[in-house]
Amino acid sequence: MSAVLFFIAAIGAITAAIGVVTLRNPFYSVLALAVHLVSLAALFLLLRAEFVAAAQVIVYAGAMMVLYVFVVAYVGGAEPLASGAVLRVLGPLFALALTIELCIAMLGAGLKGVSSRGAPFIPGFGTPAHIGRLFLTAYLFPFELASILLLVAAIGAVVLARRRRGLDTDEQAQFQVRVPRPAYTGTMAEGAGVRSSAHEEQLTPDVQRVGTTSDESAAATGHQGGW
Amino acid sequence: MSATTAGWLVLLCPLLGCIVIALGYRVWPGRSAGWIATLAIALSFVFSIIAFAKLLSFTPSHRELTSTLWNYNVSAGVDAKLQILVDPLSVFMILVVSGVSTLIHLYSVTYMTGDHGSRRYFSYLNYFVFSMLLLILAGNFLLLIVGWAFVGAASYLLISFWYRRTTATRAGIKAFVINVVGDVGLVIATFIIFHHTHSVQFLAVFHRTPLVFAHNGSPIVIACLLLLVGAFAKSAQVPLHTWLPDAMEGPTPVSALIHAATMVTAGVYLIARMHVLFEWAPTAADVGAIGGCLTLLIAGTVALVMTDIKRVIAYSTMSQIGYMIMGVSLGAYSAGLFHLMTHAFFKALLFMAAGSVIGAMAGEQSLDRMGGFRRALPFTFICFVVGGLALSGMPPFSGWLSKDDIIGFADHRGGAFLILGIAGYVGALLTGIYTFRMIFRTFFGDPVPEALELEHGHLAHAEVPRNPMTGEEEDTDVGFPGPEHFIAEREWPMKIAMGTLAVLAVIGGLIQIPGVDDGVTKFLAPTFANSKYAHVEVGAGPAWVGLVIGALIAIAGIAMAFRIWIRQPGTAARLRERFGAVYTFLWHKWYFDELIDFLIVRPTLWTGRLVDSVGERSLIQGLFTGGTTGAVRAGSAAVRRAQTGFVRYYAALMIVALGGVALYFLISSS
Amino acid sequence: MAIGWFLVVSALIFSIGAGGVLVRRNPLVILLCLEMMLNGANLALVAFSRMWGGEDGQVFALIVMVVAACEVTIGLGLVVAIYRRRLPIDVDELNELQG
Repeated sequence: MSAVLFFIAAIGAITAAIGVVTLRNPFYSVLALAVHLVSLAALFLLLRAEFVAAAQVIVYAGAMMVLYVFVVAYVGGAEPLASGAVLRVLGPLFALALTIELCIAMLGAGLKGVSSRGAPFIPGFGTPAHIGRLFLTAYLFPFELASILLLVAAIGAVVLARRRRGLDTDEQAQFQVRVPRPAYTGTMAEGAGVRSSAHEEQLTPDVQRVGTTSDESAAATGHQGGW
Repeated sequence: MSATTAGWLVLLCPLLGCIVIALGYRVWPGRSAGWIATLAIALSFVFSIIAFAKLLSFTPSHRELTSTLWNYNVSAGVDAKLQILVDPLSVFMILVVSGVSTLIHLYSVTYMTGDHGSRRYFSYLNYFVFSMLLLILAGNFLLLIVGWAFVGAASYLLISFWYRRTTATRAGIKAFVINVVGDVGLVIATFIIFHHTHSVQFLAVFHRTPLVFAHNGSPIVIACLLLLVGAFAKSAQVPLHTWLPDAMEGPTPVSALIHAATMVTAGVYLIARMHVLFEWAPTAADVGAIGGCLTLLIAGTVALVMTDIKRVIAYSTMSQIGYMIMGVSLGAYSAGLFHLMTHAFFKALLFMAAGSVIGAMAGEQSLDRMGGFRRALPFTFICFVVGGLALSGMPPFSGWLSKDDIIGFADHRGGAFLILGIAGYVGALLTGIYTFRMIFRTFFGDPVPEALELEHGHLAHAEVPRNPMTGEEEDTDVGFPGPEHFIAEREWPMKIAMGTLAVLAVIGGLIQIPGVDDGVTKFLAPTFANSKYAHVEVGAGPAWVGLVIGALIAIAGIAMAFRIWIRQPGTAARLRERFGAVYTFLWHKWYFDELIDFLIVRPTLWTGRLVDSVGERSLIQGLFTGGTTGAVRAGSAAVRRAQTGFVRYYAALMIVALGGVALYFLISSS
Repeated sequence: MAIGWFLVVSALIFSIGAGGVLVRRNPLVILLCLEMMLNGANLALVAFSRMWGGEDGQVFALIVMVVAACEVTIGLGLVVAIYRRRLPIDVDELNELQG
């Protein structure tokens, strides 16, 4: 019985994962992730981790995915984006290589417990009581740190996403973007005398272009004695 | 007070004078700086006399006194001390130097009135006298070199005193560079001597020279030749002489002091002081004698055609120093130094008189524009004539006795040195001609407008001050000569100075008349007791024969000058046409300037440009700094390629790295 | 089921998430894939906690969840800020931190 449930949950998780990666519309990706998270909760239950499973559903699938949904609705981004040529091929390859390697590492490393069904079951394993006790005794410090981290994240999110005063119209936003930067400030590339093609139109006309996009010519022009 | 204390005080007075004037240069009103300077040197002269008197109280064989103020570095192998040597030679020299310097300072008090830099001038002049006295009184090679270098520096400062004149600054640089060549020779010679004798003190070196050097062997000859380089550079002998005529850019009293009476005699003093070394290296001594002889002839011929009055006197100085160098190189030490003394008198007198004439001409120095000043400047005329007669070697003036002392010694040594003696007589003839050429052109003939004005009591004055050599316009603010000009007839300090020197030029020779007395020789005998020529004496008979010949030659020279420039005016122009090539050759001063420019100056500049373009630009900037930075830049550019800004690329790197790490652990554990 | 199966699933989820990070250009989707990778790790942690019999792994997994929550918060805040500035929501376009 548990094997059947395992396979249903596992296949659900993996399918949803593939769906997250491949679906074009980010909204659908979010929904796929939600499915994935619920499947994972099921897997946690199979591993007798009740509290973790509940937390997964409530926090992850419940709160974070809702947040994601809101942001995706605000931002959008449903256009079909073609990915960069090289990584489109190499990405899955790396992922495959990583899978194989991890499987070898985990299964072939000689861990004895891997082939078992786990340690003998202690009643109360995975209950909130046990986990709560651990949090407040052995892992008190990480618990407190985690709460500080949450505080920091909350403040940070408010700061990042707040609307600045006076930034109402489109023109002002445009102005903010297009403000001409003095030469030799800004990016590290500028500082080293290299400009990439993406930046050419953002420069003011009288800023001297020291180098071209390739780094070899940058090194060569650096010899020109323009100290 | 002992002789050595007096010696230290002789050094202290001008130094204090220099510092006092320099520190208060804003404060000293009017001529007071000049009076302070003159007082300082007068005190120094007084102390020189005291040193002289105290020295005489010793027996002749004990008249070499040293005094050490402190030890710089006395340890194994090195004996560097602040030490002076008071012996007859140094006392003789400091008497001459401080005495003549006092008179020249007195003259300068008037001459530099109204010049905006007069306080700087007197500070420099005192510094110069201090350096010269230090050079003379030095008891070891170190202080000699210090004094030598200081004198060169003072000369530079004073030649380019009117520093806004480019001709003056260029002349100063030229003098300094050639002096430095001499300094190098002197220093290397010192090192060679130190290396062999392991001492820098004069008395110790002189004692050890016969023991550690082979007679006429390479080390001593090379050392003496290098000493000669130093002496020739300082005394403006061929081929290191080109700076002296240009040095006439300085104020006239400076020319009188430095370039007639004192600094240029430093070379003569050096050879006389090092006579032990030179006698041990006869080859070097002969080179010195030949060099001196060549100089006296070359300078004499050039003086015949020079038109700037100061340059005629400058070449005359060069020629007379040639006599002195020849004298001390041949072994006629007392004769050479006697001529040094008399030359100081009449040459300083001539320069002072020339300064007076230039004042009357409102700054103009060319003989072509002068004439007929006899009635306008009577006192100057008398001084000029006295100086000229002494210079030409007319009896009974001092120059006659001293010059023929040297020539007589050359003849006495005989053999090949007879040629030098004959050259000396030729030089004397030339001397008579050029000296009286100068006198006749300046004071005889039709009076020029400035002379006529002066006869009516009005001193000429230039509306637009000009550079006398190039004619460029100047102003009279600091860095240029002041607006006022002075003549001796109107200024009593100038009169006193010139009068004293004129009297000395007349009677100065009477202390060494062959057969009657030999004051100089007797006084200097202790210093030169260890010379192999100490007991060589030109007998009274041959000496008087030489004196008579010298007198006849002087009269002949003056007569020739009289004929060419007074009796038959126009002769000079006709001679110039007839011997045009010779005239041009002499007028370009035997092309020495061009030769040195071609041989040394241009290659040096070329090398400098080469080093700049290749060494500096390509090698150091290009290769070392540029190369290093270029390498760093290229390296960092290569590393920078990892920072593309693409998040996915970074993620890919991370995943690959993670995989790599896991792989490593997998492999290492299995 | 043996623990090994759970570990294989966890490896698969992690790799799929990694591949998604490399392949997708929308920052929101990249963040989603990042979440997935964290979940994979969580699964592995919980599996090992079952294997050992102690709840330490589960505690760790909870902390990881907290961290993931914070990270998502900040990341979404960033995306919102970028959107507000009218910049393209494309990770390949946002590449100025380079050189």
